[in-house]
Amino acid sequence: MLKNSDRIFTNLYGTKDWRLKGAEKRGDWEKTAGFIKKGQEWIINEVIASGLRGRGGAGFPTGRKWTFMPKDDGVTPRYLIINADESEPGTCKDRDILRNEPHKLIEGALLSGFAIGSHTGYIYIRGEFYREAEILETAIAEAYEAKLLGKNAAGSGWDFDLYVHRGAGAYICGEETALLESLEGRKGMPRLKPPFPAVIGLYGCPTIVNNVESIAVVPTILRRGAAWFAGIGTPDNTGTKIFCISGHVNTPCNVEEAMGIPLKELIEKHAGGVRGGWNNLLAVIPGGSSVPLIPKEICDTVLMDFTSLANVKSGLGTAGVIVMDKSTDIIRAIARLSKFYMHESCGQCTPCREGTGWMWRMLMRLAEGKGVSEDIDKLLDVTYEVEGHTICALGDAAAWPIQGLIRHFRPEIERRL
Amino acid sequence: MPKLIIDDQEIEVENGVTVLQAAEMLGIEIPVFCYHPKLSIAGNCRMCLVQMEKSPKPIASCAMPATEGMVIHTQTPMVKKARQGVLEFLLINHPLDCPICDQGGECDLQDITMAYGGDSSRFGLNKRAVPDKDLGPLIETAMNRCIHCTRCIRFANEIAGVPELGATGRGEHMEIGTYIEKAITSELSGNMIDICPVGALTSKPYSFQGRPWELSSTPSVDVFDAVGCAIRIDTRGREVMRILPRQSFQINEDWISDKSRFAYDGLKYQRLDRPYAKGKDGRLHPVSWDEAFNVIADHFQHLPGDHIAAIVGDMVDTEAIVALKDLMNAIGSPHIDCRQDGSKIGYGPRSSYLFNTTIAGIEKADFCLLIGTNPRWEAPLINARIRKNYLNTGLSVALLGAPHELGYPVEHLGDDPLIFEKILKGRHPISAALKSAKFPMLILGQGALKRNDAEVILGLAHKIADKYNIVHQSDPWNGFNILHSAASRVGALDLGFLPGPQGYGVSEILKGAAQKKIEAVYLLGADDIDVSSLESTFVVYQGHHGDRGASVADVVLPGSAYTEKSGTYVNTEGRVQRSFKAVSPPGEAKEDWKIIRALSDHLGFELPYDSLNDVRARLVEVNSLFDELDTIQKASWEDFGKEGTVLSEPFKATIDNFYMTDSISRHSVTMAKCAQEIQGDEQRNQIHEK
Repeated sequence: MLKNSDRIFTNLYGTKDWRLKGAEKRGDWEKTAGFIKKGQEWIINEVIASGLRGRGGAGFPTGRKWTFMPKDDGVTPRYLIINADESEPGTCKDRDILRNEPHKLIEGALLSGFAIGSHTGYIYIRGEFYREAEILETAIAEAYEAKLLGKNAAGSGWDFDLYVHRGAGAYICGEETALLESLEGRKGMPRLKPPFPAVIGLYGCPTIVNNVESIAVVPTILRRGAAWFAGIGTPDNTGTKIFCISGHVNTPCNVEEAMGIPLKELIEKHAGGVRGGWNNLLAVIPGGSSVPLIPKEICDTVLMDFTSLANVKSGLGTAGVIVMDKSTDIIRAIARLSKFYMHESCGQCTPCREGTGWMWRMLMRLAEGKGVSEDIDKLLDVTYEVEGHTICALGDAAAWPIQGLIRHFRPEIERRL
Repeated sequence: MPKLIIDDQEIEVENGVTVLQAAEMLGIEIPVFCYHPKLSIAGNCRMCLVQMEKSPKPIASCAMPATEGMVIHTQTPMVKKARQGVLEFLLINHPLDCPICDQGGECDLQDITMAYGGDSSRFGLNKRAVPDKDLGPLIETAMNRCIHCTRCIRFANEIAGVPELGATGRGEHMEIGTYIEKAITSELSGNMIDICPVGALTSKPYSFQGRPWELSSTPSVDVFDAVGCAIRIDTRGREVMRILPRQSFQINEDWISDKSRFAYDGLKYQRLDRPYAKGKDGRLHPVSWDEAFNVIADHFQHLPGDHIAAIVGDMVDTEAIVALKDLMNAIGSPHIDCRQDGSKIGYGPRSSYLFNTTIAGIEKADFCLLIGTNPRWEAPLINARIRKNYLNTGLSVALLGAPHELGYPVEHLGDDPLIFEKILKGRHPISAALKSAKFPMLILGQGALKRNDAEVILGLAHKIADKYNIVHQSDPWNGFNILHSAASRVGALDLGFLPGPQGYGVSEILKGAAQKKIEAVYLLGADDIDVSSLESTFVVYQGHHGDRGASVADVVLPGSAYTEKSGTYVNTEGRVQRSFKAVSPPGEAKEDWKIIRALSDHLGFELPYDSLNDVRARLVEVNSLFDELDTIQKASWEDFGKEGTVLSEPFKATIDNFYMTDSISRHSVTMAKCAQEIQGDEQRNQIHEK
């Protein structure tokens, strides 16, 4: 279990003051200028050494992503975008950072922005996070007031401006290139990759898009050292992570824990255990709605990190742990997720536009017991026709939960035919 | 120059070439829906997925740049499965109405499904229903069939420059439309029908009229403006069923204007299908060809040659023009003119009346000054090239003349011709831009050339060209351009169909007719003149429509429209092009040069040609340019224009209704609807804005 002294988000539950004064008491904005004076390379190397993997779901090493930026020509603007469009079902970690630890994010933005040579940062915040946006705006205003942002930010000699942009509530705008489209004022539709945003991003300029949590941990990593961060968790999955535990547990919560904590320990220690005891567990979706579920047998032993979960054909995703006990109609539960993806598909590319609706309808037929035996294989085949054939990962995210369902609960589906 | 391997074949390509294009060069077919070589890449149909080694997922070949060492497979089970999957998805919500769909037989979805699709349907649910949209009088919609490739949206945004189409809704509820239902206000909207890969957008006038396999196609040349677009005339029996563009990189790329495409129904109304002559009652009566010729011969015999005049209209082929010129020479009349709009150019060197930059050359320009022209209506395809340059390089365009929305940003300098003098003297802000441009171009339209001071303006333009290095030999560039609006004009000028030393031009002929100095006028397809002054003159009208010219005629000789004869035309660039006869002229109507040849017999001056080849040999004899088809011969830069004072009268627009400019489009029902719905809308909006 993570030691209290190793926690990064010490005000995760909002029990303390989120404003600048309170944040400074907790150590934020300490030595910020000093880090900047050590140079861009030092920051990037520290982040690489810390082993920080992106907290948005894909788990791509953050420091390595920053090195993909082309050389600074001194003319082309470079942008840092913070993706606060947290809409993944089962996930609410960024929300707590935004409302309780905004200064960690703002300081992280300045340090990361400097590291990639950017003078401008945008925080794209989910439209529904209205109060959070207000808090963020206030915190940014405080930072400007205290000269921590703007010209010569925090006395470091680096100019950095930070803007908040509110989205309009589309899940797809959390996809980094759709986010860029939306930020530019167009319909949120993912762009083709390559070129990746690091090369051609916002307004055609080099751009780094990072998750709120990835950016918010950067100042602490720099303060306490890459070795400290790398010492927590397992070798490929270092550091701490906020897990969001919801569903059929006794005390649903957000909790910062070390990467690689056993799932069972996470649920029992922090969420008060599964409703009706561990044996009443049916399945867990370990990483937000986009990853395949894992049944109880796997939950007994699996560790909560990117590698371990990938080995059991699931994923850590955003670490939104959705717990389902034996009272759950598992087919309906996955069908509900399927409907979500149908609703949130942007409609740009064929497999996702046409496939998500078809998959949901087939799944509903199976859930209602109207299906026939061929339907299961047909549905599985359709998920493979969607997976990997789309522009962005939403097609994969729509296909995986269904594949997980059929992989682990085929007898349950067959029973209902 | 990356080298890559596609299906075990190695190919080296230029930087920036996509995998799809590289495969195309190797002759490997990759099916596509959303990809179109002239539009930006969307990559959304996912039909072009191919396997790339070292990539776990298949890649969209239309969007993937070829890079060194890539290994691509297009025939693996993975690719086959991906293609089948995409087609299945496209078809689950696509109606099975191919038997009643106008796209049937030339539908990409049909063809690609035949070649790459699965063999049976697994979809047992209800299909999506989408309400149809009303996009105006030209485009019929069946939105159930739409596969959301967004080609039409990209066409509207990129080529046409009217961002009126878009997608609303998302996921399976995404619909293509105009947000608020309205007609598309583009002169190029018909091209959306061509680029739509399915039957979602089809031609409204052609709907349910025919099937592609019933049609025979004839390559031809468009005559509705002076661009000379390459077209294809599709006919069934004796009827023109539709007109489509032919690809021509030098001229119209893949597009044609809506007038070129849809005005063909005008060929079916108000046609002159037999000769007429005015009887004693002052009305036209049907007569035989011989009788008609005799009436003309009787009149012409009693007149001295210089009391007879001839005017050539805007859509006439050069074969007929050279025949008429020879006939008028034989008669001894110097009063011939081809500039029925009163334009004053044509006497100078060839470079003084050509679009010297060439249409493809527009793409190289870095500054464009438009004078007295509205290229959007006078030559939509030239306007599209200017827009293309604007999109590619950010070309800056300035306009001196009546203001008009052109589809790209234009700096409007005013409509006062005196500004032109200011530019020459370097006293206008635009002078600096002209000076710093490397490849500046100047486009003089008919609005600047049909004025009384046209020759002075031409002289000024020449001086500006010299002063601002608009014509230079280093990296040869001629940025001096005349934009014609009549298809026959450059050909007629090349043949010298202009008043001789003592000859009258159009306005003098009309004045002379009123003063009885001109007693007979031969109108060859000339309708756009003030015919009221010819009421007491003996008028022979030869043409295809009972339009303004025929209304004052004493003898009517039925000629052929452009679809009904093999003709040679010279476009505004000076490119000699040939069209082919697609259908026969109606009734007793004949090809125009033959009518003049036959008339010459009756007048006693037998013209020395009996076949089309003979006439064409005569064309070459008059001007050797006619020997070189489809090429441009550079015109040398010489002196032209006159000194004098510029009149203060402002430049005026020459076309006030794009859809009705000539005898064919004036009789087209489709064009009338367009004028009412599209242009009407625009004018109402303008009034509203004011």
